[in-house]
Amino acid sequence: MSTDRSRRGERAGRLVRLRRDRTLLLMTVPAVALLLVFNYVPLFGIVTAFQYYDPLIGVRYSDWAGLEQFRRLLDDPVFWQALKNTLYLSFVQLILFFPVPIALALLLNTVVSERIRNLFQSVVYLPHFFSWVLTITVFQQMLGGAGMLNQFLRDHSIGTWDIMTDPDTFALLVTSQAVWKEAGWGIIVFLAALSAINSEMYEAAAADGAGRWRRMWHITLPGLRGVIVLMLVLRLGNALSVGFEQFLIQRAAVGHDAADVLDTFAFYYGIATNDYSYGAAAGLFKSVISLLLIWGANKLAHAFGEDGLYRR
Amino acid sequence: MTNASTIERSRAARRPVSPGLRHGGRGGRPVWEEPPTAVGQAAKGLTLGGVLAVVLVPLWIVALTSVSSPGAVNRAGGLVIWPDGLSLQAYREMLGDPTVRTALLVSLGITAVGTALSMVVSVLCAYGLSRPRSFGHRWVLLLLIVTMFVGGGMIPTFLVVTGLGGYNQYWALILPSAVSVFNVLVLRSFYSSTSGELIDAARMDGAGDWRILWSVVLPTSRAVTAVIALFYGVGYWNSFFNVMLYLPTESAKWPLQYVLLTYVNRGVGLPGSVNSGFGSESAQTAPLSLQMAVVVLTLVPLLVVYPFVQKHFRTGVLTGAIKG
Repeated sequence: MSTDRSRRGERAGRLVRLRRDRTLLLMTVPAVALLLVFNYVPLFGIVTAFQYYDPLIGVRYSDWAGLEQFRRLLDDPVFWQALKNTLYLSFVQLILFFPVPIALALLLNTVVSERIRNLFQSVVYLPHFFSWVLTITVFQQMLGGAGMLNQFLRDHSIGTWDIMTDPDTFALLVTSQAVWKEAGWGIIVFLAALSAINSEMYEAAAADGAGRWRRMWHITLPGLRGVIVLMLVLRLGNALSVGFEQFLIQRAAVGHDAADVLDTFAFYYGIATNDYSYGAAAGLFKSVISLLLIWGANKLAHAFGEDGLYRR
Repeated sequence: MTNASTIERSRAARRPVSPGLRHGGRGGRPVWEEPPTAVGQAAKGLTLGGVLAVVLVPLWIVALTSVSSPGAVNRAGGLVIWPDGLSLQAYREMLGDPTVRTALLVSLGITAVGTALSMVVSVLCAYGLSRPRSFGHRWVLLLLIVTMFVGGGMIPTFLVVTGLGGYNQYWALILPSAVSVFNVLVLRSFYSSTSGELIDAARMDGAGDWRILWSVVLPTSRAVTAVIALFYGVGYWNSFFNVMLYLPTESAKWPLQYVLLTYVNRGVGLPGSVNSGFGSESAQTAPLSLQMAVVVLTLVPLLVVYPFVQKHFRTGVLTGAIKG
C-alpha cells in the first residue's frame, strides 16, 4: 500500500520534472539527433567488417563473411607494413615531440616580462590553426626539391637533397611538421599546470637555500607530473592515429611503403577501391587495439599513483 | 641573513599575489628569486627568438614571394627573402581566376553556414545540459561522452553519409562533423558556472529558459563563445579530407584548401593561368608568386579573426583541457 503510493508519487515527480525541464531537454534535441545519425548509426555499420558488403544491395542483403576479412588482413603484407609504419611513426613522435611543449612551457614560465610572454604565446599558438595542406605546402617550399634549402645547396654546389620525397627520413620530416604545427599549442596545458603551483612553495624553498635548478627539480617537475602522465595516457591511446591528413597528402611523394598508416590503409584499400568490408575490418582492428592501449595506459598511470583519465 | 630573508618573505606575503600566474600582473620578479645571470639570459633569449623565427620566417618568405614581381622572383632564383620588386600582379591574376574565386566563395559559404549551425546546436545543447538536477541530463550527457570513445570509424560513417545521399552534396561537409562533443562540454562547464542567483533572479522576473540563455548566460560568457566559434570555424575552413571523401570529382565545388592541395602542393598549374587548360596533362605549373598568393589567401581569414579571439584562449581552452 505505502510502497505503491510512493512509487506512484515518484512517477508523478518524474512527470512533473519532465514538464518543468522540457525546454532544456528540447534544446539538446538537435545535437542528439546529429550524434545519433552520424555517430550511433555508423556503429551498426561495423557489421560490414563481417560481410562481403556490396553497396548495390546494402548491409541487409550482403553475404556474411565471418572472420574472412580479418584473415585477409593478417595475410596482407601491405597491412603489416602499414601497422609497422603506424607504430614506428608514433614512437618517433612520442620521443621527439612529446617533451618539446614541456620544455617550452618550463622556459616560458621563467620569463618575467608579461609582454614577451604574450608575444611568444600568440605567435606559437598560430600554426595550430593552419590546415595540414598549408603546413605541408610551406614545408615543401622550404625543404622540397625546388625549395629554399635545395636552392641554397645548389648555389653553393653542395648537391641536393629532396627531404620531402625521401622515405628514409620521412619519420623525422613528419615529426618536425607536427612540432612546427602543434608544439606551441601544446604548451597551454602545461602553463596552466605551472600556474597552479603554489608560489609560497618556491618562496619557502628559496628561503631554505634551494637554487633555481633545485626548485625546478623538487617543486616544478613534481607539480607537472599529473598533467604529464595524463597527456601521455591520451597520447598512447591515440598511438594508432598518427596524423591522418598529414600522411594522406604526402603519401604520393614518399611512396606508400613509408607513408601508409592504418588510417590511410583503410581509406585506400577500402573506400578508394570500393572494398568496403576490407577497409571496415582494418578500421575495427584499429579501434579495438586503440581502446586496449588507452585502457592499458590508464592502468599504468594508476600503477604510478596518478589519476590518469579518471580517479580510481 | 635569516633576518633579511624573513623580511623578504613577509614583504612578499604582503604583496597581493595574483592567483595562478607566478609572475602575474605587474608584480615582476619575486624578491626571493635570484637575479638572472648574463649567460642564462642570453641562452633564454636565443631559444625564444629561435622558436619565433622558425614559426615566422617561412610565413614571411611565403607572403613576400606572393607580392613580388616575376622579375624579383627570378632574381632571387625562387623564393624571395628581402623585399625587391613589389607587385600585386599575382593577386590580380589569382582573383581573376574563376576556379579560385569559386573556391573562395565555397570555402566562405561552408565556413559561415557550418559555424553558425554548429554554434546554435552546441550552445543550445550545452545550456540544456548545464542546469543542475534537470530531468534526463545525465542520460544525454552519457550519450554524448560515449561518442568520444567509440565510433563506427571512417568507412561505416562514409556508408551512412552516402546512404543518405550525401555524395557530391555540400551538407556532407557540414552535418557529420557539426557537433563536437568536446566543444559542447567546454561550453557546458562555463554555463554551469554562471551564477545561480543571476538565473534565479531572471526566473523571478518571468524569464523562461530561452530568455535566460539569450539575455543572461550568453552575454556573460562571450569569451568562451568566441573561442569555440573560432575552433568550429577553423575546422570548417581547413577541412579537406571530407572533400576527398564526398566530392572527389566535382572540381567546380571544391573549397580553397582542396584547390591549394591540387594546384600548389602537387605542382599542377592553376587552370586560369597562362597556357594551362584545366585537367590537361600538359598543364604548366603556376608561377611561384601565384602559388604563394593562394597560400596567403587561405591564411587571410584566420589572421583577421585571430587577434580578436587569441586573448581569450587562456580562459577558453584551459577549462576544456583540464576538465574535458
